[in-house]
Amino acid sequence: MSALRQLRNSLFAGLKPVSGPTGNYLHAHQSLSVVFGMALTATLLPFIILLPPFSGFATQPDWVQGFASAGIFVLLALGLNVVVGLAGLLDLGYAAFFAIGAYSYAYGASPFSGVHLPFWPLLLVGALVAAVFGLLLGAPTLRLRGDYLAIVTLGFGEIVPVVFRNANTYTNGINGIGGMYRPALPVYGTFLGLDPVPYYITVVALVTVAMILLYRIQDSRLGRAWMAIREDELAAASMGINTVTTKLLAFAIGASTAGLAGVFYASKVTIISPDSFLFAVSFTILAMVVLGGMGNVWGVAAGAFVVYEIQSEFLKQLNGFVATLGLPAVNIGFLTIDISKVDFLQYQFLLYGLALVGMMLLRPEGLFPSRRRQAELHDADDADAANQELVEA
Amino acid sequence: MDVGTLTQQIVNALTLGAIYALIALGYTMVYGIIELINFAHGDVFMVGSFVSLWLLADFLGFRGPINNPLQLVGILVFAFVFSMGVMGVVGVLIERFAYRRLRNAPRLAPLITAIGVSFILQNVIQIWRGPAQLNSPQLIDVQAGFYLGSAFVHWISIFVITLAIGLMIGLQLFVSKTRMGRAMRSTALDREAAQLMGVDINTTIAVTFFIGSALAGAAGVVQGLYYGYTFFQIGFQAGLKAFTAAVLGGIGNTTGAALGGFTIGFIEVFASQAGYTSWSEAIVFTILILVLVFRPTGLLGQRVVERA
Repeated sequence: MSALRQLRNSLFAGLKPVSGPTGNYLHAHQSLSVVFGMALTATLLPFIILLPPFSGFATQPDWVQGFASAGIFVLLALGLNVVVGLAGLLDLGYAAFFAIGAYSYAYGASPFSGVHLPFWPLLLVGALVAAVFGLLLGAPTLRLRGDYLAIVTLGFGEIVPVVFRNANTYTNGINGIGGMYRPALPVYGTFLGLDPVPYYITVVALVTVAMILLYRIQDSRLGRAWMAIREDELAAASMGINTVTTKLLAFAIGASTAGLAGVFYASKVTIISPDSFLFAVSFTILAMVVLGGMGNVWGVAAGAFVVYEIQSEFLKQLNGFVATLGLPAVNIGFLTIDISKVDFLQYQFLLYGLALVGMMLLRPEGLFPSRRRQAELHDADDADAANQELVEA
Repeated sequence: MDVGTLTQQIVNALTLGAIYALIALGYTMVYGIIELINFAHGDVFMVGSFVSLWLLADFLGFRGPINNPLQLVGILVFAFVFSMGVMGVVGVLIERFAYRRLRNAPRLAPLITAIGVSFILQNVIQIWRGPAQLNSPQLIDVQAGFYLGSAFVHWISIFVITLAIGLMIGLQLFVSKTRMGRAMRSTALDREAAQLMGVDINTTIAVTFFIGSALAGAAGVVQGLYYGYTFFQIGFQAGLKAFTAAVLGGIGNTTGAALGGFTIGFIEVFASQAGYTSWSEAIVFTILILVLVFRPTGLLGQRVVERA
């Protein structure tokens, strides 16, 4: 029995982190369990969808195409999790870094710039450029209190698309940049637009690497410093943590993950425009992180994947399904509800909004919580209000 | 720029500024009392414009200007009272169901909830009235006006500016002279101590939300009268600009919010005049970032709030 538990613990250390006040003793095995877990998930997914009811929704290549896109959002959510989940900083302009990564690729590999650099090094370049912008934004603003930071990042997230839209000469304005060169591998050759498999494998590899790195950072001195700041910035500072540098690193690492996702996104869709990076994208990623469970790497990844699939597949299916039921229209006085004509895709953001409010009120730690975060968030429930106030003041 | 254009643009700036100031007051009041950036406030303004659209166009059946002055005044008073009342109640409901439980939760929680509420409001309106831009009846003839020197000044601008200043003076009197106003100020200063002195915190905060949201509702009616259209996404931009105004004036300070609103109005109008219309948002947000970095207390703010 105990051997079984040991096996489970070492294989699924990531799924059920054993973290307490003294830290996580299992992280030596975590990299291995991430590789194993991701390989298993990535291998099974394309076959699970051959089973009903999933098989009825879309063909296998379409599903895999969707999974490759879902991977982009998993990457984005993992990056935002560093900023929001670990360091406790609310970044509402996260899509800006995604845009910066995507435009980096457009400058490095498209007819628009006349340059054709290979995809793989550009991944790093995109991550680096986004990180630099993260530092540029963070350096002056991270001294601000948390809620001001949220507004500043929101403003930044608005400015970046405006700049890309208006600086016509450099960005081709509202039309965006198209005809991006696709990635290539030495033996395999150039990726084809219609074949989702190489993109799928690439994104799985990227997510795996990102998860391993993020787990290792999370369990390092830096990760512990983030959590200390999140829990009590004043106490963290008096323990000798340089709060500005630490927060800056969270910002830069979060931004670089978005940059990475941006490069991959640009290489996959091959056309980008400023309108693909509006606030709705930042909001969607935030909803993924909150739903998944702020601070838990696997939880956030799962949250992002599930939310993406719900928005891209299930709402569409729901439309068709409800239409076939042929429910009669209901008439309540001045209001007519005809459920068979409802377009559920329209309700996507309403659902996110309800989910955010509901989660915050009922289960702030998310669906797959990080144990430490859970303890923190429920602290307030137990302590009486007056005490809490005194602690804050 | 000749004198005529300059005068006209100043009037335009004051009108735009008056709308921003009305919205900014709600941000500043809520922030002053519970230190929450109410992201949903811009959308409360948006919903207000739809409530007034429904009342005037769908319920009362108006399509254009009303020429009978007595009828015009009556309808306007009714429209403002109705929209402000409805939005006040909406604001109180938002506070009651979305924010009250999180008053002692970690900071991140109410902020995320506020963003959620913002999206809920936007989408409820989108589902109710569709995603298209809708025309609102402009009860006051927008062409009518008078010459001030060589500048043509529209009556509607005079109306909007007067209304906003009137509401601001009313708010100022309420906050400084009444018992409830005193309760609001003491709650903002120190919630604990106020409670010990017998102030009903929950009622006070609810009243604050009512007034802030009612002012946004008034701005919503103005949106319809002045621009003649509304749209389910106008709240986002307007909210961000009004928030910038509140921060610029010194958040928590009602006079500052008014001053900030007019300043943003001037910046936006004169940026457009100089030919940078499509950059005006970027300019406003750059100002926001600069103010937050170099003078986080704003123009009139005195409180240096830095709590862990």
